Amino acid sequence: MDVDLNTLWFTLIAILFIGFFVLEGFDYGVGILLPFLGKDDTDRRVIINTIGPIWDGNEVWVITAGGAMFAAFPEWYATMFSGFYLALVLMLLALIVRGVAFEFRSKDERPEWRRFWDWAIFFGSFVPALLWGVAVGNLVRGVPIDADMQYTGSFFDLLNPYALVGGLATLSLFTLHGALFLSLRTRDGIEERAHNAAVRAWLPTTILIVLFVVLSIFETDIFEQLGVNPGVSAFGGAIALLAAGWLIRDRQHGWAFAMTAAAIVLTVITVFRGLYPRVMVSSIDEDYSLTIYNASSSDYTLEVMTIIAVTFLPIVLLYQGWTYWVFRQRIGRDDVLEY
Amino acid sequence: MEALDFARLQFAVTSIYHFFFVPLSIGLALLVAIIETAYVRTGETVYKQMAKFWGKLLLINFAMGVVTGIVMEFQFGMNWSEYSRFVGDIFGAPLAVEALMAFFLESVFLGVWIFGWDKLPKAVHAGAMWMVALGATVSAYWILVANSFMQQPVGYKIGETGRAEMTDFFALITNPNVFVQLPHVIAASITTAAFFVLGISAFHILRKSQNSPLFLKSFQMAMVYAFIGVGLVILQGHDQAQHMVEVQPMKMAAAEALWDSEDPAVMSLFTIGDTKEREDVFAIRVPAVLSILAYNTTDAEVQGINDLQEQYEQEYGPGDYVPPVFITYWTFRIMVGAGFLMLFLVLIGLYLMFEGKIETRKRYLQALVLAIALPYIANAAGWILTEVGRIPWIVFGLQTVEEAVSPNVDTAMVLVSLIVFTLVYGVLMVADVYLLNKYAGQVPTEDEGDEPEGARQPTPPVDGALQGAYSGD
Repeated sequence: MDVDLNTLWFTLIAILFIGFFVLEGFDYGVGILLPFLGKDDTDRRVIINTIGPIWDGNEVWVITAGGAMFAAFPEWYATMFSGFYLALVLMLLALIVRGVAFEFRSKDERPEWRRFWDWAIFFGSFVPALLWGVAVGNLVRGVPIDADMQYTGSFFDLLNPYALVGGLATLSLFTLHGALFLSLRTRDGIEERAHNAAVRAWLPTTILIVLFVVLSIFETDIFEQLGVNPGVSAFGGAIALLAAGWLIRDRQHGWAFAMTAAAIVLTVITVFRGLYPRVMVSSIDEDYSLTIYNASSSDYTLEVMTIIAVTFLPIVLLYQGWTYWVFRQRIGRDDVLEY
Repeated sequence: MEALDFARLQFAVTSIYHFFFVPLSIGLALLVAIIETAYVRTGETVYKQMAKFWGKLLLINFAMGVVTGIVMEFQFGMNWSEYSRFVGDIFGAPLAVEALMAFFLESVFLGVWIFGWDKLPKAVHAGAMWMVALGATVSAYWILVANSFMQQPVGYKIGETGRAEMTDFFALITNPNVFVQLPHVIAASITTAAFFVLGISAFHILRKSQNSPLFLKSFQMAMVYAFIGVGLVILQGHDQAQHMVEVQPMKMAAAEALWDSEDPAVMSLFTIGDTKEREDVFAIRVPAVLSILAYNTTDAEVQGINDLQEQYEQEYGPGDYVPPVFITYWTFRIMVGAGFLMLFLVLIGLYLMFEGKIETRKRYLQALVLAIALPYIANAAGWILTEVGRIPWIVFGLQTVEEAVSPNVDTAMVLVSLIVFTLVYGVLMVADVYLLNKYAGQVPTEDEGDEPEGARQPTPPVDGALQGAYSGD
């Protein structure tokens, strides 16, 4: 691989998505499990409070990734955002409702108010967890993009079986990831229910991820693209997931969480390595695919952005890491609950 | 109506709505940071109660600003993909930098602030709110860098592909337009927060709510804050108008309904015009004042709409280069009118405070409750003027709004998203106002936030409070 600026930015965007999926992945999982693991209002408040101080910072990873796509590969940003239009409307709707729900739900005592926003959190976590997988599936499988880099398909073209399997795979993977997070961050019985949820989520997750990888061999060319066949990263991801299953049963939740995180990291790496040097595959003609060269900004912009990113990303990691340290304790029913 | 119209309407709805929350977040974060710093320095419980009370309202507001901001970022690609392709090289950079430098900062530290009351030393906790205020301000800067490129493109060239390409990042971030826009926006944000605090405090003083020290103190601080904000916003607005005359004379001509160039130029106080024929039907105008406002002299020509139209046709080819005069003219007057009304209210307030009998001035306090709306009206009018006054351009002189819209997004899709966002925004607005109203009306008891379960405790001695690192108060 020649490491030029375009490749560097492709890598940086991959890193931003890795950060996003690892961090926001468990946030989504927590939101999805909220109505099922929280037996009463106090339980649900404990569950929400585990991600209370951090979810907003986690979400900024994707906002930064979106900004970075716009800055470094404007054609990619323009084609994907105008092409996946209705899917993005749905995603935005979910993100809006979810963000507001965290802030609003405990600011009124009435049970129906709280129930409404709890389901808003569920819906707002479930939809993006599913849609991200669908989006990834379509990116690697290819979508109809014409010679002018315009998406010519419809919303329903995005809902093909392969992409839907991808969606279910991310949905269950994030749920598992979230269950493990909860088992680490709660007490007073909630951690036990979270453990049980993790046990139950593990098998479907593993089946779906393996199915997605197997389908990828037929539906996409990403495994032909990889330097090392059949893709060390995909293989590593599968191993991490298997290890997670064993660790969950062994009640090593910290290590199991690290393994689901590793599975997410390796899956994103597999996808981005499979795409490289493309960013969006055209199903009409290979030559119409968007690449890190024909979709990119000028070298000057990439240079400027590199300096800024290399300076500020470590700073962000430092203070975000610090907040995880500050809020490291388990949360129980007798804690002061903000949300 | 077609996709273009719906896309424009959607942008108008989502950006005005977004900016409904942003100025209060910026201004109130700074005020809460100041208040909490006063708490750290003096140890007086009233400051802690103030920080908690206004902080809670800030949080309700902040969440709305964040989620509507995501729509703004996505919308450029969704509805304006040709614009995104054309300026991505330049416009994407400030958005990405904003997220990296500012949005992370405010989001992470707001979380720390909400949940960190009992976990962090007092000074560190106050520092978290300073970080939020810093993030919000830096965020405004980068967004205005992006917007300023649309008003006054600098530091670019048109590349071989026909796209605008960045050639000078420093020129982009020191765009003269940013330096007139940013202070105006920050001062407007301070004003918004100040009137918000004044109005709610006035309400409680009128109602003789318990814990009057909290509201009297808030009232006094906010009055000074309002004086600073509204004073700066007017002074800076003057500079901004002069800058506008220079780089976007058409916007100023439209805002003044000045049909023909004049030297010295009259200023319109009230005009009913025929925008088709481009002439006045009825007008009250003051001689020479516009020249003074534009150039600080009575002896200067201000260009009129007809001459500029002619000039632009020669420069850019045939077309209509006149923005909607009715909208620009009236939003300009609404903004300036609201601004001066606020200045008037603040001057009276300072006088009354000096007299020392603010609690007894019922009429004035009632007026302040209503005046909460004034900065919001001025903010919205200001942005409508700024954006509508640039029509037909999306990037001044480089790309028109018509050229910018996504070609592959059909009318039905934009309509669906327009309806969805408008409905959801409507519902959320109701919930938001309900909560703000509820929390603004709740009076914290004198010892709330100090000891759990309202155990009446005397104010801790100042020394103890100052040394209270990790103290569980």
